[in-house]
Amino acid sequence: MTALPAAEPVGPETTARRGGPPGARLHAEGLRLGYGENVIVDGLDIEVLDNTVTAVIGPNGCGKSTLLRALGRLLNPQRGHVLLDGRRVDRMPTKEVARVIGVLPQTPQAPEGLTVADLVARGRHPHQTWYRQWSSDDESAVSEALRLTGMLEFAERTLDQLSGGQRQRAWISMALAQGTDLLLLDEPTTYLDLAHQVDVLDLVHRLHTEAGRTVVMVLHDLNLAARYADRLVAMRAGRIIAQGEPGEVLTEELLREVFELEARVIPDPVSGTPLVVPIGSRHRDR
Amino acid sequence: MTRGAPGTLGLGTGAAEGRERVPGRPPLRVGPASWVLRARALAVPLVGLAAVVLLMAVSIGRGEFPLSVGDVLEVLAGGGDRPQRYIVLDLRLPRSLTGALVGAALGLSGALTQTITRNPLATPDITGITAGAGAAAVGVIVVGGSYGAITGPLAEIGVPLAGLLGGLLSALAVYLLAWQRGVEGYRLVLVGLGAHALLISVTYWLLTLGDVTDAGRAVVWLTGSLNGRGWEHVQPVGWALAVLVPLTLLGAHALGALQMGDDTARGLGVRVNLTRAALLLAAVALAAVATASAGPVAFVALATPQIAMRLSRTAQPPLIASAVVGAVLTVGSDLVARTAFGGVELPVGIITAVLGAPYLMYLLVRRYREVRA
Repeated sequence: MTALPAAEPVGPETTARRGGPPGARLHAEGLRLGYGENVIVDGLDIEVLDNTVTAVIGPNGCGKSTLLRALGRLLNPQRGHVLLDGRRVDRMPTKEVARVIGVLPQTPQAPEGLTVADLVARGRHPHQTWYRQWSSDDESAVSEALRLTGMLEFAERTLDQLSGGQRQRAWISMALAQGTDLLLLDEPTTYLDLAHQVDVLDLVHRLHTEAGRTVVMVLHDLNLAARYADRLVAMRAGRIIAQGEPGEVLTEELLREVFELEARVIPDPVSGTPLVVPIGSRHRDR
Repeated sequence: MTRGAPGTLGLGTGAAEGRERVPGRPPLRVGPASWVLRARALAVPLVGLAAVVLLMAVSIGRGEFPLSVGDVLEVLAGGGDRPQRYIVLDLRLPRSLTGALVGAALGLSGALTQTITRNPLATPDITGITAGAGAAAVGVIVVGGSYGAITGPLAEIGVPLAGLLGGLLSALAVYLLAWQRGVEGYRLVLVGLGAHALLISVTYWLLTLGDVTDAGRAVVWLTGSLNGRGWEHVQPVGWALAVLVPLTLLGAHALGALQMGDDTARGLGVRVNLTRAALLLAAVALAAVATASAGPVAFVALATPQIAMRLSRTAQPPLIASAVVGAVLTVGSDLVARTAFGGVELPVGIITAVLGAPYLMYLLVRRYREVRA
């Protein structure tokens, strides 16, 4: 197990460095992100360290997905740049980026008649050319990705024959089959029951510890985020309020500030990470 | 901690040795080249090609001097006597070949358009191309005929050329109007429908300007006809296909990724706007050349990709199979149009419309049910 990076303050001292600090796979400074007039994120600095799992948390509409899209060069920043290993990601050939960064968008779409195997095989696109469409590398990556998500037995089913959870796992397989060092997952546990949520996050953990992958994911479940992430990034209204180890970030004050949520934070009896117990008005006066 | 070979997962589940097959995706590997072996996707174009040749032979055999299918095939293979060769090669083959090539171009164009817009109801028409070609061609026929501005052989060459230019211009206009930090499928469909309606109105207005004979010629052109097509009509479609089919197939690999939404496609390393514009341009060029040669033959571009998709059992319209099925449909329809009504030869577009209209309704009803379900 690699050592967890220490929490870093967000401040002007990081902006002086160009190309990002050593160990940062993704690095961005002064990002302004939005769609036309509608600015969602402004003046945001972030770095994603090598071989870490980072979870981005925050209330709905705070810009988590927008940030993830920018890191995965799906959205060009209006100001600032995203650097991948010190190079501007928007100046790299997009296919080259696709061999390093895999992105799972929030609501991916696919033709209904597509089989699971064909969907997952499309994850191999950046490794393929017009005459090389199904190499033995492609085949082993796809079968391994199917096996890891438990989707091998559904390989020949079409997407419209799957439950929401199975479909989500098929999409995760596709992102895995891409075989990238970095994985950006936008709510990978959506539509999954708790058992499958834990399965997916265990898989993320294995990818991280056994295969050295760097993962950034948007998660809604704070307790699972605290358990599985090395670093938490807490956002509100397009700004990062805190980032660092879960134990330092996930405090009662932060929950109040970021989510406007009254909660108790106690140690998770299983993992020792912070466990958020929301209070709510029903139990407030007890 | 191990980081596996580039592009693999490196979790050491045993699959990494490449021994494990993925169900439903048997490989076909020759040297560095590799594809998924899909029996049906291979069989459909081959059977379709045989059907095109057979239908063409039957069609060529029918007429004032009937020839047997065997005779026609013999001539095509280089045999036959002089009159037979004249009838087949000079008189009837160009018409059949134009039909096959126009059908192939429309089928391929339709497959591209439906994949790019992710909409089974989309056709090249939504780029405004057929309506633009129609308005321009009718303009030349009517103005040229009525006012003597364009006469004789110039008018004959002028109509296809005007159709080509009109189609390309209106497609360009629609694309630019639909542009908003990239072109997205639905916006393209909406803008295209608007342009289509506008240009159709212009066409009708132009028809009222001309005298009856010119208007009659224009209407035949607008229906889509293979009547009197010679080698000069075969050439442009032939060249267009010879250039555009290989280019399209090169770009086709990106179509699979492009169909999964812009974000996923970009994440997979596809230059979305560039690829989409290039493939759309190819679709427009194919439809424009086809329309210039035979007029706007209805429904071929709509129906063939869907038929080819169902025959091949693929999740998206297969390109080559769509081209071949388009050729089968057009040549078959032309055969019916020429021979099923005694001495009267109908324009091929009437038959394709009669076949296509119920099919469109079927698609609409099915879509409606899907939305309701």
